[in-house]
Amino acid sequence: MKAIAWHGKHDVRYDTVDDPEILNPRDAIIRVTSTAICGSDLHLYDGYIPTMQKGDILGHEFMGEVVETGPKSTLKTGQRVVVPFTISCGKCYHCSKHQYSGCENGNPADNQDISREGMGLPMGAAFGYSHMTGGYSGGQAEYVRVPFSDFGPLVIPDDSIEDDKVLFLTDILPTGWMAAENAQIEPGDTVAVWGCGPVGLFAVQSAFLMGAERVIAIDHFPRRLEMARQFGAETVNFEESKVAEALWDMTGGIGPDATIDCVGLEAHGAFADNVIDQIKVSTFLGTDRAHVIRQAIMATRKGGRVSMPGVYAGFVDKFPLGAFMEKGLTLKTGQTHVQQYLRPLYTAIAEGKIDSTFLISHRMALEEGPTGYQKFHDEQDKYTKIVLKPGTSAKAA
Amino acid sequence: MTDVSQRVREGDASTHDDAPVTASKTAKPDRALLAEVVTINAPAQELYAFWRDTPRLAGVLENVLSIEAIDSVRSRWTVKAPAGREVSWESVITDDQPGSSISWQSAEGADVANSGRVEFKDAGQRGTIVRATIAYEPPGGTVGQFIAKLFQREPRIQARRDLHRFKQLIETGEVATGARNQRILRERSGD
Ligand SMILES: NC(=O)c1ccc[n+]([C@@H]2O[C@H](COP(=O)([O-])OP(=O)(O)OC[C@H]3O[C@@H](n4cnc5c(N)ncnc54)[C@H](O)[C@@H]3O)[C@@H](O)[C@H]2O)c1
Ligand SMILES: [Zn+2]
Ligand SMILES: [Zn+2]
Repeated sequence: MKAIAWHGKHDVRYDTVDDPEILNPRDAIIRVTSTAICGSDLHLYDGYIPTMQKGDILGHEFMGEVVETGPKSTLKTGQRVVVPFTISCGKCYHCSKHQYSGCENGNPADNQDISREGMGLPMGAAFGYSHMTGGYSGGQAEYVRVPFSDFGPLVIPDDSIEDDKVLFLTDILPTGWMAAENAQIEPGDTVAVWGCGPVGLFAVQSAFLMGAERVIAIDHFPRRLEMARQFGAETVNFEESKVAEALWDMTGGIGPDATIDCVGLEAHGAFADNVIDQIKVSTFLGTDRAHVIRQAIMATRKGGRVSMPGVYAGFVDKFPLGAFMEKGLTLKTGQTHVQQYLRPLYTAIAEGKIDSTFLISHRMALEEGPTGYQKFHDEQDKYTKIVLKPGTSAKAA
Repeated sequence: MTDVSQRVREGDASTHDDAPVTASKTAKPDRALLAEVVTINAPAQELYAFWRDTPRLAGVLENVLSIEAIDSVRSRWTVKAPAGREVSWESVITDDQPGSSISWQSAEGADVANSGRVEFKDAGQRGTIVRATIAYEPPGGTVGQFIAKLFQREPRIQARRDLHRFKQLIETGEVATGARNQRILRERSGD
């Protein structure tokens, strides 16, 4: 089959690889009809995530048609399914607590050692996201092996709902939703959101749905900021305005009730701490560029909440722990518990309460994947979200 | 409250905490000693029964090539060792507490003299804590252990991985693999 494979920093290729097979009783094989490139994939593209290997198939946002099932799968050939990016068993302690991204059984025993040492406990598993999280082949491919297919995937019974409407249930829509939920938004709140990528834009929508009165969205790409404005957010362009100063003033000297970091470890901008972080990253003294989370902590009102869906992978310094303590803040974060949100968010989509198709700026054939990565990386203002359509040809897509 | 402070004042404060000996900063065991734990969402009795079922057990322990039962307490273990070698010994169950623990010791003449215990402790809503403690004479001393590490057959890592595979099998009915197909699966398991 054909697939998009990682070969190194800024080097992804359209490769021919051997097909997936059923290996475990609960497996299913899916023929992919739509698969997206995520901001998280850019961290792999930029070489920030350790334990990637040449030839690893990328992609954790995908959906398609069931073509083969193991003896314990509850799926049926021909069904249309959306597959959560988190690989969760549904049987372990964390799954019983609905903390699916912490599942203890998706990550193969041999792959758990690295995070057991580096993070204190072994991490859960995900598709197409390094060997630390399982070494699973991803969904930017014609076919994928899906473990625990009796538990994770959501069957889309209604053929009239096209792929583009439900594809983002795999990750970014639940991620934006959980980001707002982690911010514990109360009616009347003022919320600040850093990053107007897909995650940030869904967090903006979710915050309003949860009763926020004002949402202030921060980015530097005019088109992305304009999308946030369409959903009713006020905006701050960090290239034109000083963010801390703007937030202080716009919130009447109280600060936002909640702040949400939808940027993560690759913060853009020539801020003093960011420049130092970049030097440290290149000299291995610190690994992540943590400008946004620092700024969010400094801006949040006393007793407020900080939510951090943005991905961090290693160590940071100059973390304002004193401000965090003195202001009595709460921080919630984590990989999204996708399985927890699939059904309610599907219902919200089916009832027209949430629209996610506005995000898609480009649709491409699978073979155009490498170009897609480069464009999504270099021209973020224009390329807000790329959906790859295996089975279509470059010209037709 | 008064009761507690009174008891503390009157009694001798113990110098021992509740941490296992394998976490001790000062204990110097005369043999290599390791412990690994895993929590499994199943009753202790079921896990104990699995552990007593030697053919099933051999299927879960990746480095164990075979366990041949000799009688109800004695069995012969053949295990993969670094650099493609095999080691073998006769193991004798020295204490058996149905549903809660199994202790063993290798018989005279073992390639790697070892002893140990597997305990199954009820952990309430979390299920059962399975804890394996193993003491052994490292073949070739520290150098041997270093080499074993290089070959990923360092005993503690092996014990940890085996316990996790055991957990996966019990909880999910299968052992997780990130491989895409049989070919990659064989490559990754190094066989
Ligand atoms: N927690 C999870 O489970 C989960 C799931 C999906 C994505 N993520 C993470 O969420 C983050 C966002 O994902 P995305 O798909 O929206 O990515 P994206 O790259 O499309 O968007 C990030 C946005 O942040 C903006 N930005 C950069 N620096 C900034 C700064 N200093 N201040 C304000 N904005 C800034 C960028 O201009 C960009 O628009 C990534 O870190 C991604 O890995 C987490
Ligand atoms: Zn994603
Ligand atoms: Zn689980």
